[in-house]
Amino acid sequence: MEKFTKLTGIAAPMPLVNIDTDMIIPKQFLKTIKRSGLGVNLFDEMRYDREGNEVPDFVLNQPAYREAEIIVAGENFGCGSSREHAPWALKDFGIKCVISASFADIFYNNCFKNGILPVVLPAEAVTYLMDDATKGANARLTVDLDKQVVTASDGTEFSFEVDPFKKHCLMNGLDDIGLSLEKVSAIDAYESRAKTQFPWL
Amino acid sequence: MTAPKTLYDKIWDAHVVDEADDGTCLLYIDRHLVHEVTSPQAFEGLRMAKRAVRAPEKTIAVPDHNVPTTLGRENPDQMPEDSRIQVAALDKNAKDFGIHYYPVSDVRQGIVHIVGPEQGWTLPGMTVVCGDSHTATHGAFGSLAHGIGTSEVEHVLATQTLIQKKSKNMKVEITGKLKPGVTAKDITLAVIGATGTAGGTGYVIEYCGEAIRDLSMEGRMTVCNMAIEGGARAGLIAPDEKTFEYVKGRPHAPKGAAYEAALSYWKTLFTDEGAHFDKVVTLKGEEIEPVVTWGTSPEDVLPISANVPAASDFTGGKVGAAQRSLDYMGLTPGMKLTDVKIDAVFIGSCTNGRIEDLRAAAAVLKDRKIAEGVRCMVVPGSGLVRAQAEEEGLADIFIAAGAEWRMAGCSMCLAMNPDQLAPGERCASTSNRNFEGRQGFKGRTHLMSPAMAAAAAVTGHLTDVREMMGEMA
Repeated sequence: MEKFTKLTGIAAPMPLVNIDTDMIIPKQFLKTIKRSGLGVNLFDEMRYDREGNEVPDFVLNQPAYREAEIIVAGENFGCGSSREHAPWALKDFGIKCVISASFADIFYNNCFKNGILPVVLPAEAVTYLMDDATKGANARLTVDLDKQVVTASDGTEFSFEVDPFKKHCLMNGLDDIGLSLEKVSAIDAYESRAKTQFPWL
Repeated sequence: MTAPKTLYDKIWDAHVVDEADDGTCLLYIDRHLVHEVTSPQAFEGLRMAKRAVRAPEKTIAVPDHNVPTTLGRENPDQMPEDSRIQVAALDKNAKDFGIHYYPVSDVRQGIVHIVGPEQGWTLPGMTVVCGDSHTATHGAFGSLAHGIGTSEVEHVLATQTLIQKKSKNMKVEITGKLKPGVTAKDITLAVIGATGTAGGTGYVIEYCGEAIRDLSMEGRMTVCNMAIEGGARAGLIAPDEKTFEYVKGRPHAPKGAAYEAALSYWKTLFTDEGAHFDKVVTLKGEEIEPVVTWGTSPEDVLPISANVPAASDFTGGKVGAAQRSLDYMGLTPGMKLTDVKIDAVFIGSCTNGRIEDLRAAAAVLKDRKIAEGVRCMVVPGSGLVRAQAEEEGLADIFIAAGAEWRMAGCSMCLAMNPDQLAPGERCASTSNRNFEGRQGFKGRTHLMSPAMAAAAAVTGHLTDVREMMGEMA
């Protein structure tokens, strides 16, 4: 997995609340058996009209935000389906960080498996960064995972919390299956205990 | 004496393989359900790393999201190329890795969350995961069940564990009795309406109270199914005699002495007196009305007797979202919900595709006709539900009313297969999500119970089913 340490980039504002995973990547793109190539269909039904033409108003179609690497979003971002195609599509487009007041649980976890950092900040901080992001390409945010700080274009800093284990994996690009397999003797031991305790399973 | 525990605490504690100092746990997974859409990349990952499936006997696969629901669908020509490839990949992965499999041609095939309980794979006290957010359904058995992403699917395949931190405990109590015409679907929507789609984020919900105890196992599955729509990691209900009775004799449930041993353990699965909940929500069962959704979030819930709201009725970020929803749904604030005309009806899904749901819909449709210009699709949750509905004469009622009687699958709940709304079409749906585009590009979805959806099918507009109940046999 790609590491995430520190990022300075353009932030796209998406103030809508409850942006769901069907919006992020509609179901017709879930038929793929690969993880790659979904970026072109990120936010497909908001980004394109029925004929496949870009909707000019949509934020990622605007010249200032085409190279965005960060999204500042309304609360409860990523609600709905468990589809990991959502972070795959974000990543493939080039988004490496999403900042919101809250995230849906499964989406939040899925981000960390794909080198994307979801940052939870208080609503006032998100509003501040949303205003900053609306300035377009001139406003570049910096997200420092090691220090756990987001810095706005005017230097205002907001610190955020992140689970230490998730941070460790993201900063080092670790494959957590490999990490868990190091505990195989504990899994073996659990299974033999369970055989006695829950013999019907 | 140990501290009192919640049901969630008990199941969690029984599955911890390893706990790090920061509370990160390796949690053992008893059942892993797999479908065709979220698994191909996980199996590919295993192959690339030359890893095996650790416990193929605990892993069950069934194609459901993509499969056509038309007759004669065993013919691969019926599937678009990309769907066919995805289903073929599951066929191959199930065979190569030696996991239990119900192919499209098997009468037991159906929606993974209907097949699991039906076949006795889901048992009280278990941990159950699947690459699908509606895995919460299995919580109805008092099992800890939740959706996971594809990377986690691969993790479970390889290790039979998940890396997890414990969620907080939330109690949702529904007191008293439901009024006639009010169902499990109305309960679960009413709860989301009260708590919001993020109200359960960070929590595992235990549903309890008289109205929950009174529900059948199928009704309880409907309630738990939509825990995710309230943001919760999982929803669960303590098992009782109804649970034990439901499980007994199912193909993969324990038999004989093993059943007795299991039963004595299952009877310990309840929240202890005095156990701590971090959040408590209480609704009065008798105050719940038949509800529908008006917007594009499952929290946009109103009693059928209400009027369409205005954006100005909301605060904060919801103002903009409500306006967007009203525009998308093509609704005018102040209009009566019962004046909202529909084009389509979808009866099915892991929320409401079980036999009792079909019975409820058939009770409304019996000796009635579907309104002119309305298309009504009835999609049983599994091949066995379909067979039972045919045996009970329900299929005849649907067909006589003018509905389409289809094969099992997820169908228009997420519209990955050709079962879709056209742009602008409005659907009364028994599914679980009313998101923009969910049932088809620019399609409009109103969520409701099977009886309410059937009532809308008859009148051609959203309808209070109770007005039709007097005339029902």
